Amino acid sequence: MSLEETRLERQTDEGAQELRPSELVLTGGQWPDGERDGDTMIINMGPQHPSTHGVLRIMMELDSETVVRAKPVIGYLHTGMEKTGEELSYVQGCTNVTRMDYASPLSNELVYATAVEQLLDLDVPERAQWIRMLLCELNRMSSHLLFQATNGMDLGAVSMMIYGWRDREETLRVLEKITGLRMNHNFIRVGGVAADLPDGWREDLLELCELVERGVQDYETLLSSNPIWLERTVGVGHITTEECLAQSITGPILRSTGFPWDLRKAQPYLAYDQVDFDVIYTENGDVFDRYRIRLYEILESIRIVRQCVEKMPGGDYRVQDLKVTPPPRARIDESMEALIHHFKLFTEGFRVPAGETYAAVESPRGEIGCYMVSNGTAKPARMHIRGPSFYNLQAMGPMIDGCMVADAVAIVSSIDPIMGEVDR
Amino acid sequence: MSDDAPREETHKDPEAPDDGGAEAPDDAVAAELVARFDGAVFVRSHGQPVVYADRSTWHDVAAFLRDDQEFTMCIDVTVVDHLGTPERITVDGVAPERFEVVANYLSHPRNRRIRVIAEVPQSDPEIASVADLYPGANFPEREAYDLFGVTFTGHPDLARILMPDEWVGHPLRKDDAPARVPVTFKGNRS
Amino acid sequence: MGLDQVPHNFLTGRIEDVVKWAQRNSCWPATFGLACCAIEMMATGAAHYDLARYGMEVFRASPRQADLMIVAGRVSQKMAPVLRQVYDQMVEPKWVISMGVCASSGGMFNNYAIVQGVDQIVPVDVYVPGCPPGPETLMHGILTLHAAIRSGEIMKRREHTTHGGAGIQLSEPVPA
Repeated sequence: MSLEETRLERQTDEGAQELRPSELVLTGGQWPDGERDGDTMIINMGPQHPSTHGVLRIMMELDSETVVRAKPVIGYLHTGMEKTGEELSYVQGCTNVTRMDYASPLSNELVYATAVEQLLDLDVPERAQWIRMLLCELNRMSSHLLFQATNGMDLGAVSMMIYGWRDREETLRVLEKITGLRMNHNFIRVGGVAADLPDGWREDLLELCELVERGVQDYETLLSSNPIWLERTVGVGHITTEECLAQSITGPILRSTGFPWDLRKAQPYLAYDQVDFDVIYTENGDVFDRYRIRLYEILESIRIVRQCVEKMPGGDYRVQDLKVTPPPRARIDESMEALIHHFKLFTEGFRVPAGETYAAVESPRGEIGCYMVSNGTAKPARMHIRGPSFYNLQAMGPMIDGCMVADAVAIVSSIDPIMGEVDR
Repeated sequence: MSDDAPREETHKDPEAPDDGGAEAPDDAVAAELVARFDGAVFVRSHGQPVVYADRSTWHDVAAFLRDDQEFTMCIDVTVVDHLGTPERITVDGVAPERFEVVANYLSHPRNRRIRVIAEVPQSDPEIASVADLYPGANFPEREAYDLFGVTFTGHPDLARILMPDEWVGHPLRKDDAPARVPVTFKGNRS
Repeated sequence: MGLDQVPHNFLTGRIEDVVKWAQRNSCWPATFGLACCAIEMMATGAAHYDLARYGMEVFRASPRQADLMIVAGRVSQKMAPVLRQVYDQMVEPKWVISMGVCASSGGMFNNYAIVQGVDQIVPVDVYVPGCPPGPETLMHGILTLHAAIRSGEIMKRREHTTHGGAGIQLSEPVPA
């Protein structure tokens, strides 16, 4: 057995780290019987780990069971999507961005399409706005149900996994009926949406709303006053508004600190100013608050969905400008011009004059933004997505320091990172 | 019925020129920035206020926005590589360079946004880091360094974040990794 | 595999069938969900599509206890060594399902950052296409694997072609 002081460059391969003076690394053999107190150990949580929500690696410096310092290491899912975004035309772009935040793909598509529409100075028809809003709220529901499932499972309430998925399946069924796919829909496109709502959508949605509402009430009964749940979540992972603002943290984490900032209310987009809903926020900034915020946001989404069912306007589901949106398929058989437009659109795409813009929407994780630079061609010069989880992971620093390893799991789970948009 | 009938244009009427022009800033924050910092030029980009700042004033602009103008959050810091781009917006008073560092700021109390852009030359791809003012800029600046090779001086821990540590090159540069690699076909295995 | 060395008669033939039955009906997957496909893999394990009826609802976190690695999602350059390490830590017999087009061939991400097909790193037994493959498709892939385990063709194929390694073609076959 040997005790050696190992330089941290080798140990962590994260570059030089400052080392506490009493730090030693043991290699091989048995642990010594403890003359050394105040020793810390650096371990890795992930990237392959059941509860890191994807491929997140957290390097933790542990003093027995307490985490002294934690550092997230990301990049294990880096897909070069921003580079691929420069290679795909604006028509194809949504297929790329939709795979970033794969738990709420429609938010990504929305922000991309909004950015391109801003560059084109394009007005999207009203029905398309409402359909987009409806889909985003359905996506918010399915994403928060995913959160309930994985959060429950991480904290030990393993049945929550099954319950959360049960309701999520019903939401995905409705989304599949509308968009054609369960995930990564590529439905919100530049100019509107890909197709109109199917027959019977009102009944399906109202049924879904009732089902999910009952489910949410069940989860509340199951968890919110459960003493084990409360022990594990109340007071854990505390963060303040100042820390959130400094670390560029948005979404439910910011709202859990007592600051009711929601882009849907503060800087309304789509038709959010025409529907009634509340911004859910709490005061304590801990894991329990974030769980409750997401739970109640499901109810608010249901409220918005019901209003969409009532108030959905008629009209076009996409802009009638054939330079930007394809003609209806039936037309292609009849009209040469429609055929040419379809061909040009799907081979070359449409050109966007040079410019730059930033569009932001409220995804279930926070503010998702798209900074796009166009250069007169059919492909973006730069397509950058500001993924909220990338910034929210910086919350891990203030939250994890001083807690125990089990709490670290709860905290990572409550941040709800989706590594697809962290790493892009 | 033919598609040759003219369709109504659904494009908005373009506003007053939104590229270039030493126009008087109609955004209060931008007006302050232009007045205070040399080399700052205001532009309205599709209705959004953008200020092109000189690279040397980058940190001071951020400090001013945070301390004086109540811009509580740095939403994003990113880099754009304009190498070989066919068409680019030209702004009077701003000399275009290969890289542009772009920072978006948001003020919660005033509910407004502003974008600040600095031109960074290829010969000296370096700019001040705002991570000391806005700790949330830590990760995005690391990403910009990793993918573009732009150094942020004063950053507490400027290391690769997305690519493996031993990766050579900066993939998002236009002359670095190709956007499409040739498809590999694996040989027949029976 | 040990049983192949045993000279076969009707008794050991039966034992081999029982072993294969046990292997395919309690094939425990290792958690290797990477991206969007992981969500669909979890959905397949959930109540609606239920992998438990095939004995597979237990996703083992430790590769030592797992038989099957479902590579669900895109494998980036940084993740590739981790993938190989987890695969190496699994104990024989082990199988790999490459779930989704990103794992099978790089998918739509034909760029510098994604390994163009996980079979460049580990030997794959079943490729499941889709982006993401719905739970039914994944189950079809899993049942294909079970059928291949049952017929024994999976073991034979690996010995004769990939020599147990990640697509490394040797100039001479490994002596049996």
